[in-house]
Amino acid sequence: MTNAPTGSRKGAAIDIQACSKFYGNFTALDDVSLRVEPGEFMSFLGPSGSGKTTTLNLIAGFTDLSKGEIRLGERPISNVPAHKRNIGVVFQHYALFPHMTVAKNVAYPLRQRGVAKAERDRLVEGALAKVHLEKFAHRYPSELSGGQQQRVALARAMVFDPSVLLMDEPLGALDKKLREVLQLEIRRIHRELGSTFVYVTHDQEEALVLSDRIAVFNKGRIEQVGTGHQLYSNPQTLFVGQFIGESSILRGSHRVNGAETALDIGGTPISAPGTPKSDGAQVILLRPEDVAVQAPGTGAANGRGNVIQGTVREAIYLGSAMKYEVLLADGTPIVARTATQGEAFGIGAGIELAWKPEDGRLLTDDGSIGGH
Amino acid sequence: MKRFNPGRLILGLTVALIALWLLAPTIVVVPMSFADKKSLAFPPSGFSLKWYENFFTNPQWFNSFTTSLKVAVMVSVVATVIGTMAAIGIERMKSRTAGLIRMLLITPMVVPGVVLAVGVYAVYLTQGLVGTWTGYVLAHTLLAIPFVVIAVGANLAVFDQRLETAAASLGANRLTTFFTVTLPLIRPGILSGALFAFVTSFDEVIVSLFITSPQLKTLPVQIFSSMTRDADPTVAAVGSLIFLTTTLVIGLGLIFGTRKGRKS
Ligand SMILES: Nc1ncnc2c1ncn2[C@@H]1O[C@H](COP(=O)(O)OP(=O)(O)OP(=O)(O)O)[C@@H](O)[C@H]1O
Ligand SMILES: [Mg+2]
Repeated sequence: MTNAPTGSRKGAAIDIQACSKFYGNFTALDDVSLRVEPGEFMSFLGPSGSGKTTTLNLIAGFTDLSKGEIRLGERPISNVPAHKRNIGVVFQHYALFPHMTVAKNVAYPLRQRGVAKAERDRLVEGALAKVHLEKFAHRYPSELSGGQQQRVALARAMVFDPSVLLMDEPLGALDKKLREVLQLEIRRIHRELGSTFVYVTHDQEEALVLSDRIAVFNKGRIEQVGTGHQLYSNPQTLFVGQFIGESSILRGSHRVNGAETALDIGGTPISAPGTPKSDGAQVILLRPEDVAVQAPGTGAANGRGNVIQGTVREAIYLGSAMKYEVLLADGTPIVARTATQGEAFGIGAGIELAWKPEDGRLLTDDGSIGGH
Repeated sequence: MKRFNPGRLILGLTVALIALWLLAPTIVVVPMSFADKKSLAFPPSGFSLKWYENFFTNPQWFNSFTTSLKVAVMVSVVATVIGTMAAIGIERMKSRTAGLIRMLLITPMVVPGVVLAVGVYAVYLTQGLVGTWTGYVLAHTLLAIPFVVIAVGANLAVFDQRLETAAASLGANRLTTFFTVTLPLIRPGILSGALFAFVTSFDEVIVSLFITSPQLKTLPVQIFSSMTRDADPTVAAVGSLIFLTTTLVIGLGLIFGTRKGRKS
């Protein structure tokens, strides 16, 4: 699960403290706090316009903070200009210098640091070897494929051994196959370097593959920070629950019974542990693999306390599992994934859905779904 | 395959005629420069090199030529530096003020030359700039800046400013970034701006006629006064020399430019 660094030197911690960014009266970033541990691989995940790039730009020093403070390795950096922050950045659009060869591009940060020629050549060679581009040193960026260009950008961003490496959707412009290859390379490089990595993406799978922890952004705020597992199994907000993985949502008027809350779904009481975290409409979020599909009349016989009637709208054979799309009487769609061994149901069949109350997550519908 | 194609023939003829029409006035000058008599008749009645000799030996002619050359070099340097900085500033401002400043800088190109000349002359009279190096360089720079602003501006419009952000992240300060990233990438615009500035100054005649003095004359002024006084074929010799030089310069530029262009 963890992608712990094996490198000798550790990266620096990034401490974002109550940071806001305003453009006129538009709030791009709203009081965000986040600590990235030294050597950690942190992903920023969120929909378009949620403030991921803005946060990255604040760390890199490309934009000024409106409010708050950012510390890099415990040192405040608000007054340090971008070129003195010693942070490597990889851009989605590569940003290679078109008038320089690959070797010159990679040597650029070393020149700025006054590294002597012999040492520079050695480091450039090493960095290019890390991304498997030794043979391309004398080409110009326009003579490389997109994947190769992004590898050069990666080599250039890490050749000066920055304690922090920021990447803004570095693989966004590449096809899926190439993305997967480069994801593995980025993981390996992270282990070898031991620097702190911050990686922006809107692809949740990519975030899960790469990161130690993920910060989920929405509308200029961080909704939740945690490991992929924590976000999936214990989402704190409806937005996070829906953004990570597949889910179904049950809505209905709620009633609190001690440590449990029950929702009235078209007359059927459905319960989930916990009491509402905040005011407003309550929903129960279900993961497909937690929901069983059974013949009508089975009831709670299998230890699954929540039972509700439905009709199969779609039954899809996935090899290792069956995926059912079921409509409840009130029209709510529920997705269930069950092992193939069990009884199979056809489209239009009346069935029962059942799950353990503790597998449902009680969340408040804060209206965060449905964009700005 | 090699069938007669009337369409192609007509096309070829049209192209040839237009080319002739464009080139004829320039080409005609060349035989006239070898005339043996002091007349600008075409075709000339005999052959001689005396008008070329006159150009190089007559101080009136040769001094005006070197004056023009020096002024044009100074103008292209000054106008390129100012124009480039202005173009960058305008590009970075990205506001309405920037548009206004740009318009202001480009006005000398659209204001009728005579109007500008009268204005410049009036100011120069009170400031004692008539017939001075400073006077020529200032006036020509004014006229040349629009070309630089336009050429560099066009280049900046396609320059990816994000490269400067990348340079900053790699440890380069603003000045280093300018010299190692921005400048090399907008060099084509700067070079063509400089060339335009040079040419603008070198063949500027209207303003120069106003601010000229017998002691300090530019070549176009000398040509103009020679033409109005008598039909001196030295004019044709000068024209032919300029024709030859510009053809060489542009030819070399094309060869050099395409070779460089293939690389990047
Ligand atoms: N220079 C700017 N001026 C005004 N608004 C801006 C500026 N830069 C960003 N914004 C706004 O700030 C918000 C956050 O933008 P940001 O680039 O951080 O989003 P993002 O999460 O990176 O999105 P994407 O996934 O599309 O890259 C957006 O609504 C955007 O329109
Ligand atoms: Mg972005």
